[in-house]
Amino acid sequence: MSESQQQLPGARTLQERAIKWVVDRHVAESWTEHNQNELDAWLKESPAHFVAYWRAKDSWNRTELLGALRSLRPVRPQRQRPQWTRRAAVAAAALLLGVAAMVYLSKPTETRYATAIGSRQTLTLRDGSQIEMNTATALRIETSGNQRSVTLERGEAYFRIKHNSKRPFVVTVANHRIVDLGTEFSVRTDGSRTHVSLVEGLARIDNLGADGKARSTLLKPGDVAVATARSVSVSKETQPQLANQLAWRRGILVFDNTALADVAAEFNRYNDKKIVIADQAVAHLRIMGSFQANDLQAVTNIAREVFKLRVMQKRDEILISH
Amino acid sequence: MVDTPEISQGRCDLHCESAVTDMHDLETWFISEVLPLETALTQFLRNNWRKVDDIPDMRQDVYVRILEAATERRPQPTKPFLFTIARNILIDRYRRERIIPIEGVEDLEAIFVASPEPGPDRRAIARDELRHLQVALDRLPPRCREALMLKQVEGFSRKEIALRMGITEGTVNRHLYDAMNLLIDIQNEGSTVPEKTP
Repeated sequence: MSESQQQLPGARTLQERAIKWVVDRHVAESWTEHNQNELDAWLKESPAHFVAYWRAKDSWNRTELLGALRSLRPVRPQRQRPQWTRRAAVAAAALLLGVAAMVYLSKPTETRYATAIGSRQTLTLRDGSQIEMNTATALRIETSGNQRSVTLERGEAYFRIKHNSKRPFVVTVANHRIVDLGTEFSVRTDGSRTHVSLVEGLARIDNLGADGKARSTLLKPGDVAVATARSVSVSKETQPQLANQLAWRRGILVFDNTALADVAAEFNRYNDKKIVIADQAVAHLRIMGSFQANDLQAVTNIAREVFKLRVMQKRDEILISH
Repeated sequence: MVDTPEISQGRCDLHCESAVTDMHDLETWFISEVLPLETALTQFLRNNWRKVDDIPDMRQDVYVRILEAATERRPQPTKPFLFTIARNILIDRYRRERIIPIEGVEDLEAIFVASPEPGPDRRAIARDELRHLQVALDRLPPRCREALMLKQVEGFSRKEIALRMGITEGTVNRHLYDAMNLLIDIQNEGSTVPEKTP
């Protein structure tokens, strides 16, 4: 820094200080009144502090724009995801102890849980098993001495089950039964179809036919079973694909060359305000990338800025047309 | 991310009676009117001052002066006002350091003709800006970039970023500081960092 400056600290020093303020403020788990007072005090010391802070803040905000751009590019293969899932799961288990609902399996009762549109909830069972409920999901947990049983009425949930061969864990969806053999898996149902994605371990899916006989299919990690009333078909997904499907656990939706109509449908699961594709001509446009499940702004930006579509904001819906 | 008003109480060094609204307006004005001129301003200063290391401080001087002026009355239009301040600062510095510039300070008129105000096509500008950002981002050290992307694109919390990258939360912050410092440097002093063609 040159000596000929007046009493002002060097611009470089102020830039670094300002960036610290901006970053700390945006990544802090909680930004307290005390933090804000400190920032205010620092700002008031000099107009140069304001300038530096605004400049840093503007740059930070512009990196958020990048999110929109990034969502047009293919999602990078996420090689660390499986490990992350496990590590985060351990951390999440610790973290959620105070927050999650505790369910006492010893009581022979049935409890119903439901999440609203756009919200998620994690249930921690007494044995340490966890159920993460996604948006608009309802399930019942039935507990008895030697059986752990969950009925998924609608929506989607991720199960991380502490295996106990003496007390099997069974998830029932319509006429299907998923029996845990020591696993992590996700179940999603939209009424007529049920998707089961097996992440770790082993599970069995029993399809109860009209004749009352059960046909069983064994699922291994990476298997995704699609079950309708009459059939169960299994396909293999790669780790990144599986990780993308489960990104909702972080509140994120990942699209990989997904038609705009399907993107809209997916967002509509999470938001009260619905995206309506008012024009079939644009329903087939493809989108790639990851979004916050509640970030409707990002979708409308892409529709408007990238696809040059007309976006009309109404009270309860967003109309997208050519 | 929604910012709450930065200034919660009155009284600040910039003489303003109603600090809350004034500083908020000033911020909006500064970010939308002044900061977009930064590249042109930096270039102008550099064209007229040899020591590259002095440029950030000189630019800061320009900003502080225009901000002080703006608390009285917003300069309209901004650009000629900003460059006149820059010119005065340069002349002061020549005088103080007893330098007689051979060609004098660059003709301001030429600048205004050469780099028109952001025109009506804001979309094109936004796209351009995104492209520049992308290029700048590609030049960050991998770990800094990763931390920034995880935060801004994927929306991870600091805790999650730390877990994912196998580092402490403090290191996440440091990566983000470095990333932002470098980004600002790359974007604003393009020529001090080797340029990579997009």
